[in-house]
Amino acid sequence: MYIVEVKNLTKKFRSVTAVDGISFGLPQGKIIGLLGPNGAGKTTTIQMLLDLITPTSGSIRIFGKELHSHREEILNKVNFSSPYVSLPSNLKVWENLNVFANLYGVKNIKAKIAELSDLFGIEDFMQKMTSLLSTGQLTRLNLAKAFLNDPELLLLDEPTASLDPDIADRIRKMLKKVQQDKGVTILYTSHNMVEVEEICDQIIFINKGRIVDEGTPTELVKKYGHRDMNDVFLTIVREGEAKELVVDIKKHTNEVA
Amino acid sequence: MKWHRIKALLIRYMYLNKRSLPRLMDIFYWPVLDLLLWGFLSFYLEKLNMGNLNVVTLLLGAIIFWDLLSQSQRAVAVSFLEEVWEKNLLNLFVAPLRISEFLVSTILIGFFRVILVGLVMGSLGLLFYHFNIIGQFGFYLIIFLLNLLIFGWSLGLLIIGFILRFGTSAQIIAFGFMVLIQPFSAVFYPVSALPESLRYIAYILPSTYVFEGMRAVIASSAFPWSQLGLALLTNAIYLVLTCWFFYRMFARIKEKGTIMRLND
Repeated sequence: MYIVEVKNLTKKFRSVTAVDGISFGLPQGKIIGLLGPNGAGKTTTIQMLLDLITPTSGSIRIFGKELHSHREEILNKVNFSSPYVSLPSNLKVWENLNVFANLYGVKNIKAKIAELSDLFGIEDFMQKMTSLLSTGQLTRLNLAKAFLNDPELLLLDEPTASLDPDIADRIRKMLKKVQQDKGVTILYTSHNMVEVEEICDQIIFINKGRIVDEGTPTELVKKYGHRDMNDVFLTIVREGEAKELVVDIKKHTNEVA
Repeated sequence: MKWHRIKALLIRYMYLNKRSLPRLMDIFYWPVLDLLLWGFLSFYLEKLNMGNLNVVTLLLGAIIFWDLLSQSQRAVAVSFLEEVWEKNLLNLFVAPLRISEFLVSTILIGFFRVILVGLVMGSLGLLFYHFNIIGQFGFYLIIFLLNLLIFGWSLGLLIIGFILRFGTSAQIIAFGFMVLIQPFSAVFYPVSALPESLRYIAYILPSTYVFEGMRAVIASSAFPWSQLGLALLTNAIYLVLTCWFFYRMFARIKEKGTIMRLND
């Protein structure tokens, strides 16, 4: 059963096509990696799934309902976390959680904050100003905020970016455990292929706005005959560049002729 | 519309303001400074003995009303800017928050600020200059304040619309816009003091009718209902237009995908 169904999704910004007719489904209770190089269309896709960007064409159905017309109902069961989107730095940690718990209409706010602070190990700095947190602490706070409404779908945009390998590993393990305990569906973007192999059940590769391949990490590694996902990533991106180069050369040759 | 989401934003502003000296200064320091400055000036002018003119009442009434209008406008515009400065817009709009709930929360913040500043300025006016704003305007004070509040909301929405359209470079207008309309609002002088060509601009601003009405009450104690009617009418038009503009600009940033740029 797909929790998210995307069909022929396209987003054009004037002459640039950021997302070019992609279709995919996200199965319930899995972690799906949305991978691709910078500018591939990952962020645009995620923002369309959050109704922050209006698609040029195509449809997005989440929990079986059309996103735009059921935005409020759907976003009640969805959450998002990214290190590039900060929580207000001039609020204390518990104040931030309290504000967002109210925003999502959490029933027993104190109990929920206590549960998440324990789960993500943030209880020691609940009284600290958010501006004083380290990058690792901020990531954990962002994740705690993302679980406040017990989401059924979680969109994580490079959640371990700029973390040292030790903290990143802890965060991944924490995330995997929470995902298994709560059965959340997670759409996960990352440029760290080791992480992707470790955490993702399935992968959707996009490049230049199009889906170029998909499958489990094991399937993809096997298909491309490589040792790991890092080499798969390089092959897919460079094949795309090579194809584009051939098209450019053909076009140039035709123009000269 | 869900109250818990509006409440969440109100709690957020309460946390934000309670420990921020610059924000508290914006609410208290500048209005008090204005009151002192114009209070001393009006006392000086009164000593010059300019006939029957009640200078203290005219100028203090004007400066208090003007500050309340400015507070209402800034509360709406700056509430939005706070989220831009804190890169928190995305967090808010990935939540099921409706634009209308966001707007209502900023309007309520504006309302609380106006009440707070009004109480402080009114009390200090009474204490320092024996100017009793409630005694002077009575029930009419509510009507004047309501019109100023609504016009402040409209101006705030207009400014947010500009910021959505032109990005954060347009944020300066959140602080400077009021200076642009002050000369045409007939705050300290009647519309008749303006050159004829500028009076047309004055008459399209609801604030003009409030200040004209205020002077009429001071002069004759009779309430100019026609001024009130025009203030309400222009306010209604501005509110509808600026709401439309705001929603249009919000839809535009969703089409253009520029909401992230406001977050950068």
